[in-house]
Amino acid sequence: MTSTASTSPSNFFSDAGKKTSVLRLFRNHFLTGLCIALSLLTLVPLFSIVVLVIHNGFPLLSTNLFTQLPPAPGLDGGGFGNAIVGTLVMVGIALGFSIPLGILAAVFVNEYASVSWLASTVRFVAKLLTGIPSIICGVFAFAAVVMTTHKFSALAGGIALAILILPTILLTAEQALLGVPYSFREASFGVGATPFQTIWRIVLPEAMPAIMTGVMLAVARAAGETAPVLFTALFSQNWIKGIMQPTASLSVLIYNFASLPYAYHIKLAWSASLILVALVTLSNILAQVIFSPKHH
Amino acid sequence: MACLLASVLTIVLLAFIIGEILVNAWPAMSKFGLGFITGIQWSPNRGVFGVLPVLIGTAASSFLALLLALPLGLAIAIFLSEDFFPGPVRQVIRFVVETLAAIPSVVYGLWGIFVVIPLVQQYGAILAAKVGFIPFLAGPAYGNSLLTASLVLALMVLPTITAISRSSLVAVPYTLREGSYALGATRWETILSVIIPTAAPGIVASAILGFGRAMGETMAVAMLIGNSQRLSWSLLSPSNTLSALLANQFAEADGIQVSALMYAAALLVLLTLGVNIAGEAFLRHTQKATAGLR
Amino acid sequence: MSTEEHVTSPTEASERPLELTNNFSPGESNFIKVDNFKFFYGKKEALHGINLEIPSRKVTAFIGPSGCGKSTLLRNFNRMNELIPGVHHEGDITIHGTSIYDPSVEIIALRRRIGMVFQKSNPFPMSIYENIVYPLRIAGQNTRSVLDETVERCLLSAALWDEVKDRLNDSALGLSGGQMQRLCIARAVASRPEILLMDEPCSALDPIATAKVEELIIELKKDFTIVIVTHNMQQASRVSELTAFFYLGNLIEFDDTRKIFTNPSMKQTEEYITGRFG
Repeated sequence: MTSTASTSPSNFFSDAGKKTSVLRLFRNHFLTGLCIALSLLTLVPLFSIVVLVIHNGFPLLSTNLFTQLPPAPGLDGGGFGNAIVGTLVMVGIALGFSIPLGILAAVFVNEYASVSWLASTVRFVAKLLTGIPSIICGVFAFAAVVMTTHKFSALAGGIALAILILPTILLTAEQALLGVPYSFREASFGVGATPFQTIWRIVLPEAMPAIMTGVMLAVARAAGETAPVLFTALFSQNWIKGIMQPTASLSVLIYNFASLPYAYHIKLAWSASLILVALVTLSNILAQVIFSPKHH
Repeated sequence: MACLLASVLTIVLLAFIIGEILVNAWPAMSKFGLGFITGIQWSPNRGVFGVLPVLIGTAASSFLALLLALPLGLAIAIFLSEDFFPGPVRQVIRFVVETLAAIPSVVYGLWGIFVVIPLVQQYGAILAAKVGFIPFLAGPAYGNSLLTASLVLALMVLPTITAISRSSLVAVPYTLREGSYALGATRWETILSVIIPTAAPGIVASAILGFGRAMGETMAVAMLIGNSQRLSWSLLSPSNTLSALLANQFAEADGIQVSALMYAAALLVLLTLGVNIAGEAFLRHTQKATAGLR
Repeated sequence: MSTEEHVTSPTEASERPLELTNNFSPGESNFIKVDNFKFFYGKKEALHGINLEIPSRKVTAFIGPSGCGKSTLLRNFNRMNELIPGVHHEGDITIHGTSIYDPSVEIIALRRRIGMVFQKSNPFPMSIYENIVYPLRIAGQNTRSVLDETVERCLLSAALWDEVKDRLNDSALGLSGGQMQRLCIARAVASRPEILLMDEPCSALDPIATAKVEELIIELKKDFTIVIVTHNMQQASRVSELTAFFYLGNLIEFDDTRKIFTNPSMKQTEEYITGRFG
């Protein structure tokens, strides 16, 4: 059981507990393998989604999609131009509300009163608002717009989307403003500019790329949202005639057509999915590309 | 000036949202009281409204989703914070996870209908046949079921858990890692005994926030869960959640049903806000804790 | 010549406290032998052909200006540099005749035999007790009596026992800077290493704490071979018996400390000692 180590110096480092070391090393490698396997496991569903979306959605891709209306149940042919327009209109309305509101509030919080209780409250409220489920935005718009105007409308849908993206735009804008070095403001004040001029001429333009990136991501997200517009803008088989009318949207189209027993409508749903996924992936990539080199 | 107005408006907005919902929920609240929460029946035609099965479905689906997503998300977070593979490989995985996060809920639902439902139906039937005596796995195996919705929810919650866990793991000071290695520990001994315990509060925060997200998810759930108000023990039976209930019924509701739905919405807001506040508070607490290590 | 213990079965290994394998005479001169050692960070050669023999049971100091390679060499003794991607070496380092790069050497066993104390103390966010027994626990040693005995022994060795013996279960992060560093020293000696490597252990401490640690080093050399990297030449002359002066990745001079500081052979050594550069 014992050996004289003085005659075998090579035992210096591999003595006491060699066998337990083997166990430890094995456990080490096993856990590494497990970790890697689990990580790669998550690639599987994503690949499945992407592959299916492309495979099922691609065949129908053509300009018809953008120019034609959906077919009647059971029939072939047609596209979802009205859904695309509807989505664009509602996102536009949402942006119209949330960009000015979000940027102005961010400017206030960051430039004018960054340590006041009002600023912290706004930040806190914005964070809370990001946690509100998207369907609650729809419920609110239902109560505030649909019930008071007694009709479903694109406006209601747009307002629901506005509430959805407002907190994101606010927080992104605040981050963007924070990213502008203080030295810029110092230089401007140093030559006698007012805070307003400094913000309008120096700080905002400098922060714009980051703000626009945030807006782009918010747009992609809003375009894909269904719950806020589901029972506010409802749906329509026709082109939109005014913002006080119900309208089709890509997301609701997917929801409606997915459970129909008609193969063509299901294909339309896949194609709409393809457009949304492409939109979202593209804006993510763009955001990374624009954002990363600028941020050190 | 305008900026001040905008800020005040933001705060007012939150109050407005809560207010509108409560105001519209009031008729149902006063009529049904707390019986709404314990009631089992939801029959608009008969004017009977109870959301207990729906509440259970919400809790069960979110909990199941978390059960699946937490180990997977943690594994990926560890993968991304260690150097098993060089940087570019990790970037790719990060991009994959971020893309998962960005896919719209309704697309998940569509995919779930054509991929997950058949799988659950097939294997669920086998499971029910073999071990159907366990109440959780009792047949018949519907495709639209709690299990299906939970599986897809897990996928949707995964990015949240991964992102927050990863930043907690990475925030552990490198000197702790060094110290452990210098004492002769293996990589995984270091991860399990030093790094994860230090990052634990952040990981817990990610779980809380993930749970909150799962509760609020609507479309994929609505498309996959079967929208049944019946209480059942089995994972293979259809079920319902608060958000799916709202999604399905609002468009055609009128009268007291609208108010009842508003009541349900108020409950949803309460639950998600509560969980989110808890998660955020936890997260902020952990950031303070690791700051002390530097 | 002292006897040594040698365990060959796992159960024995977990029952017996990790014993010192002590099969050399104190002061043996070629305890750590650095043999024409070159070290590269990627393409950059950071150490150029170092030849050095460090004796056992003495304190050897590495001195030199920033970036001269002294910490790099130190960190190679327990192969900690391998945590950095893209590094490689040429030449060899042997410890009591065994090359540390020998394929039969397990890195985790190597690091257990060599204790390291870092510039900035890095106690784990656990209790004082758990910090010290961590190296034992990972080696499978969980017997309460052994752990208790180890904690007391190590804290006594680190001159910290009296200060913390009543609060062993308190968080280690509640200690002062100097105490945390002594705790790290206690932790480093828990698995009875042969060698203690110290990488500027006092540079983050105030003078009083520094003095305590220096006293400790002089005590510890009775049982350990100590190599200390330091920027502080007074410290080197206070605690060490041998000093090696490095410059730009080369070993310039290695000799008795007294000789280095009073009558160095190399001109560069003299210039550094007298503060003309560095």
